[in-house]
Amino acid sequence: MTGAQLLSVQDLSVTFFGARTLQALHGVNLELARGETLGLLGESGSGKSVTLRTLLRLNPPQSSRVQGRILVDGQDVLALQGQALQHYRGAVVSMVFQESGLAFDPVYTIGQQMIEMIRAHEAVDKAAAHKRALHMLERVQIPQARRRMDAYAHELSGGMRQRAMIALALCCKPKLLLADEPTTALDATVQIQILLLLRELQRELGMAVIFVTHDIGAAVEISDRLAVMYAGRIVEQGNVADVITRPKHPYTQGLMRSTVAPGMRGKPLAAIVGAPPDLACLPAGCAFALRCGYAIKTCLAEVPQFAAAAHQVACWNPLVPTEVVSSAAHCNAMPALS
Amino acid sequence: MSLNWSKKEKPVSKLWSTADRGGPAQPLLAVRGLVKHFPVRDPVWVRPRRAVHAVDGISFEVAKGETLGIVGESGCGKSTTARLIARLLTPDQGSLVFDGEGVAEFGGLSLPDYRRSLQMVFQDSFASLNPRMTVEDTISFGPRVHGQSPVQALARAHALLDRVGLQASQFASRYPHELSGGQRQRINIARALALQPRLLILDEAVAALDKSVQAQVLNLLQELKAEQGLTYLFISHDLHVVQYLCDRVMVMYLGQVVEIGPVGQIYSAARHPYTQALLSAVPSMDPARRTALPPLAGDPPNPINPPAGCRFRDRCSYAEAVCASSSPVLDPLKAPDGLADASHQVACHMATAGSGHSAAAQLPTATPALAGISELEAA
Repeated sequence: MTGAQLLSVQDLSVTFFGARTLQALHGVNLELARGETLGLLGESGSGKSVTLRTLLRLNPPQSSRVQGRILVDGQDVLALQGQALQHYRGAVVSMVFQESGLAFDPVYTIGQQMIEMIRAHEAVDKAAAHKRALHMLERVQIPQARRRMDAYAHELSGGMRQRAMIALALCCKPKLLLADEPTTALDATVQIQILLLLRELQRELGMAVIFVTHDIGAAVEISDRLAVMYAGRIVEQGNVADVITRPKHPYTQGLMRSTVAPGMRGKPLAAIVGAPPDLACLPAGCAFALRCGYAIKTCLAEVPQFAAAAHQVACWNPLVPTEVVSSAAHCNAMPALS
Repeated sequence: MSLNWSKKEKPVSKLWSTADRGGPAQPLLAVRGLVKHFPVRDPVWVRPRRAVHAVDGISFEVAKGETLGIVGESGCGKSTTARLIARLLTPDQGSLVFDGEGVAEFGGLSLPDYRRSLQMVFQDSFASLNPRMTVEDTISFGPRVHGQSPVQALARAHALLDRVGLQASQFASRYPHELSGGQRQRINIARALALQPRLLILDEAVAALDKSVQAQVLNLLQELKAEQGLTYLFISHDLHVVQYLCDRVMVMYLGQVVEIGPVGQIYSAARHPYTQALLSAVPSMDPARRTALPPLAGDPPNPINPPAGCRFRDRCSYAEAVCASSSPVLDPLKAPDGLADASHQVACHMATAGSGHSAAAQLPTATPALAGISELEAA
């Protein structure tokens, strides 16, 4: 790990214009070291996917406006044009999508798409690219990889397709992998396989990963650090163990408490009241204030800012760190496979 | 024979007569040998004809007032089972007995009566609501079809809206697209309750909701159950939610039941290797105790013409020759003291004494009930 951060996002704001104008991101700040895994946790509409798409510059240029600064490896991403942008996408930063069935081109085989990707980024001949694609498919533990090279996306099962998707994303050895809910659509037994595979590949290739999910369990399984998003802002950020066992933001605590865990049987769940706010008309002040049990006067008036610390929280009235959330303190009650 | 459709009478309103008949000991729903195969559309010359064995001979009972959870991977037949029970699909074989009466058979419960006592809530809250009907129309539609007066039906719809936490004055005349996912799922629950059913089938009803909203809906479901004495059939792939909500759990694999039992026993002492694997695949939520090895390799197999013998044997690390040659049957588990536990049943050769599997060798061999009788006779 060299000293400089691999990714540094400063004050990133994204606004979409359409039938109505809405700001999806409000001044997001993120830092990511080389080889680090960041879990980006949040509910639908909190801006997780928009953050990832903005990192790859995938937002429609006509109907969106991006403000702020994104530095990847010292490179200003928002200033990239033409060839440089093409090189950036895929070779420096690469993405795994949730819907692997839609992300692959249905009329080309998996192998053709991988070879195309390798040859677009590097000057290698077809045979060498083929060899590397095959090697990559073997690395992600696809059985009978040679045969799968000639398979179309629809011929693979969901778990296999997601593996192929990861192989495709890792073809050109990116420094940063963006994973947008890669395991959400999968069964639990397959999800854990994919999570472990990602963890292993991440360690071997030394790449950084941003793992977006709404599943706290999956995030805990894979991340070094966690960032919790709410209504387009990061509200809490820190070490996995700190955030999970000693959440400081009431929203993180609410999320933990409303997640069903063993040992909660027979008790009503401590659900967060209300629903996430409409992004087109966010309240002044903290967006969570209206659902928050700890809200004070300042919360309704001013947007809370991050304090510089290892475990950051954007809250006017953060929880006392000694408070341990019951659902996080439980041990894993699942029986091990004997 | 001529039918005069215009003179066909509307069914007389005997709507709210869904009272208990058989007493608390009689199971509310008994499913017997349910089978559903979907033929694969191959060209005509392909022999033998192939079929997706979606549900392959499952039998179980749902007691009054309990919540039975059905878990399994995608494609294991959970949803097909739900649809067969709701009679949205016609089973190839098998029968349903609802509170002592056969469903849709001679002398039994008629299909409209049955459907009134049983309602369903689906996963996709948007697709299961008519986009061109307002919320109050949607909720009052069922009772009107079953013969209730529109005024009555509407009044009940408003009361139900208030009950599920949406103010009738504010929400009654909205359309589904004006609501959030959690609100739409509340509407679906209200609609299901409009006919005062006794059994509610919840097919992944909370899976698509965000965690904070999911908790609200789970609380609502528990309150409604306590208030109205409902019985739930809860289908889910979220094992934490099943453990939280259900009294008994049924584990399915490739169209068959592999294990069924009380929730505490399934989660603490599962006997089928598949159940064990399924449970240990759940992320631990504890950064200090991350999963090191995936409990199962590969994907769930194709339900088209599944293998003979135990269907799980290809992915099972304990598989032996006997698993390929004979299919295990769902058997009550025998405790070390030799007593059979009828509530916890498992379909695995390792748990069946005398099956030929090496792990079954230490199990008590004589059927304890019979052994008891022979002792009595000897005395």
